[in-house]
Amino acid sequence: MRFRAKIVDLACLNHFSRIINTIAKLAKTCILRLTVCKLYFILSDKVANGGASMWCELCQGNFFDEYQMEGVAAEHNEIYLELVPENLSRALKTAQNAKAVKMKLTNKHCPCLRVAVELPSLSSSSRIVTHDIPVGVIPRRMWNDFREPSVPDFDVSIYLPVLKTMKSVVERMKNLSNFIVIEANLSGEMNLKIETDLVSVTTHFKDLGNPPWASEDGCQSSAQGRDLESMAEVCIDIKKLQQLLAGQQVNPTKALCNIVCKRVVHFILLHEEVSLQYFIPAIA
Amino acid sequence: APLIFLQNELQRERYALSASLDNARHLGLRVTVEDAKCIQANAFIQAEIFQEFSVQEESVMFRVSLSVLLDCLTIFGTSSLPGTSTALRMCYRGYGHPLMLFLEEGGVVTVCKIHTQEPDELLDFDFCSTKVVNKIILQSEGLREAFAELDMTSEVLQITMSPDKPYFRLSTFGNAGSAHVDYPRDSDLMEAFHCNQTQTNRYKISLLKPSTKALALSCKVSIRTDAQGFLSLQYMIRNEDGQICFVEYYCCPDENITEAEL
Repeated sequence: MRFRAKIVDLACLNHFSRIINTIAKLAKTCILRLTVCKLYFILSDKVANGGASMWCELCQGNFFDEYQMEGVAAEHNEIYLELVPENLSRALKTAQNAKAVKMKLTNKHCPCLRVAVELPSLSSSSRIVTHDIPVGVIPRRMWNDFREPSVPDFDVSIYLPVLKTMKSVVERMKNLSNFIVIEANLSGEMNLKIETDLVSVTTHFKDLGNPPWASEDGCQSSAQGRDLESMAEVCIDIKKLQQLLAGQQVNPTKALCNIVCKRVVHFILLHEEVSLQYFIPAIA
Repeated sequence: APLIFLQNELQRERYALSASLDNARHLGLRVTVEDAKCIQANAFIQAEIFQEFSVQEESVMFRVSLSVLLDCLTIFGTSSLPGTSTALRMCYRGYGHPLMLFLEEGGVVTVCKIHTQEPDELLDFDFCSTKVVNKIILQSEGLREAFAELDMTSEVLQITMSPDKPYFRLSTFGNAGSAHVDYPRDSDLMEAFHCNQTQTNRYKISLLKPSTKALALSCKVSIRTDAQGFLSLQYMIRNEDGQICFVEYYCCPDENITEAEL
C-alpha cells in the first residue's frame, strides 16, 4: 500500500484547503478513500454521527501535480483510511503561501499521513514544516460499509436558494430552536420553519426551480403525478444544517436538495471540481 | 430597517415593549429593559421614523423576549449588502396575541410570531425637570474613550458634578489604583453646564458599562442627577436618514457619598 502526492500550484492548494475545511465542519472523523483517479471523503450514517452521512468526491487530477497510489492488492487498487479531517485542515493552514505540499502515507511507528509543507525562505535551503496525521487503515472486509449512497426515492427535488441568505436565516433560527422544518414543493417554493413556545419563524423562498430528474427506465422521477403545490417536509437537527451551510465558503455551481417526506433530506452541492452530498435524517 | 441599530444596546434579561399615543409626549415605540431593580434603559423610536405607524388604543404595552426579538429583526443577517434593504412590518392585535413581524429582503419573506406576556410593572424613576439638581450636555465623542477604557476591576463608577472644580469627573477604583477623568466646564465638548450643587455618587459599574454602546452610536449625551443621586443618561442618536432617536438609562446610586467623606 503506497500513496504519494504533491501540490505545487497555489490556487489548487487553496482550493483543496477550502474543501478540507468544509469536510472538517461536517465530520469529526471520516474515511478518506483513495483510488487512481479520485479522492473521496466519506461519512457513513452511524448513530455516533447523529445519523448524518456524507459523500464528497474530487478528481485528483484537478488538484495534484503528482499523484501515485498503490492499493491493498492489484484487483482492489484502493486505500481506505480513517482520519480526523480537522488535523488535515490545521496542517494545510500552514500552507497558505507554500511553494509545495507533499503528502505521503507512512508507517514508522503507526500509520500516518505525512504532510510536508515547503515554505519560502530567504536562505537557499527551504523551510519544511511536517505534520504527521495519524490514520487508521480500514481493512478490505469493511469496505462495503462505505459504498456510495444511492439517491433516495424523494418526494420533492428543488434547487436551494442563495446560500448566503439561507445561511443567515438558519444561523438566527439556530438561536431560537434546536430543530428546523424544511418543506418544499414542485412549484419551486421552499419554506424554512422553526416553532417553539416562545416564537415561530417561517422564511418563504419562491421561484427556486425544480431540477429535472430522469429515472433509470427513462421516465420522469417518482415525483411524477404529485400535486405541484403540496409540500414535502422533514424536521431535522438545525445544527447539522447550519454546519453544512457554514462550510460553504464559495457559491456552488449547482445546489439542490431532495426531500423524502418525514425521513431524510439529501443535499447535493456541485462545484467545478468537487461534488458533495450530505444526508440529514429526520428527527425520530 | 429602523429598529435594528437601536435595539442592539439593550442587553438585559427583562424586557417590555410599548407603543404609546400620548398627547403630552410622543407618538412612537418605546422599548424598556430593567436589571436588578436598579437600572432601567429605554429606547424611543418616534412614529415619524416609520413609514406607517398607527396605534388604535391610547397605549399598548406587552412583554417579549428581547433576544428573540433581536434574532427575528436580524434574520437576514446584520450586515447588509449595498443596494439591498430589509423591509419590516410589525403588528400586534392586542392582549393575548403574539407580536407579528414581517420582514422582506430580495423577494424572500420571513414571518415571525413572537409570544407576548403580561408587562411587568416598570420602575418609575420620577425624573422630571423640577427635580434635577445637576445637568450637563456633552458631545459623545468626548466620553467615548473614557467609557471604553473604564477600569472594570473597579466595582463602581463614581460621578462628580459640581459648580466648582473638578466640574465633571469620572472615577474608578480598581486593582491597579484609582483613575480620574475630568471635563472642565469651558471644554469645547461641553454643550451645556448647569450644576447647582456639588454631588458625588457611585454606581455599580457593571450596570452602567452596557451604556457604552448607546454612547458609541450617539452624537450627544445629557447627564442629570436628582437630590437622591439617581442618574439619568440620555443619548441622542441620529440614524442614516438623519432622523433622531433617544435612548436613556436611569440608575440608582450604589452609595451616597457626602462632601464630608470626600
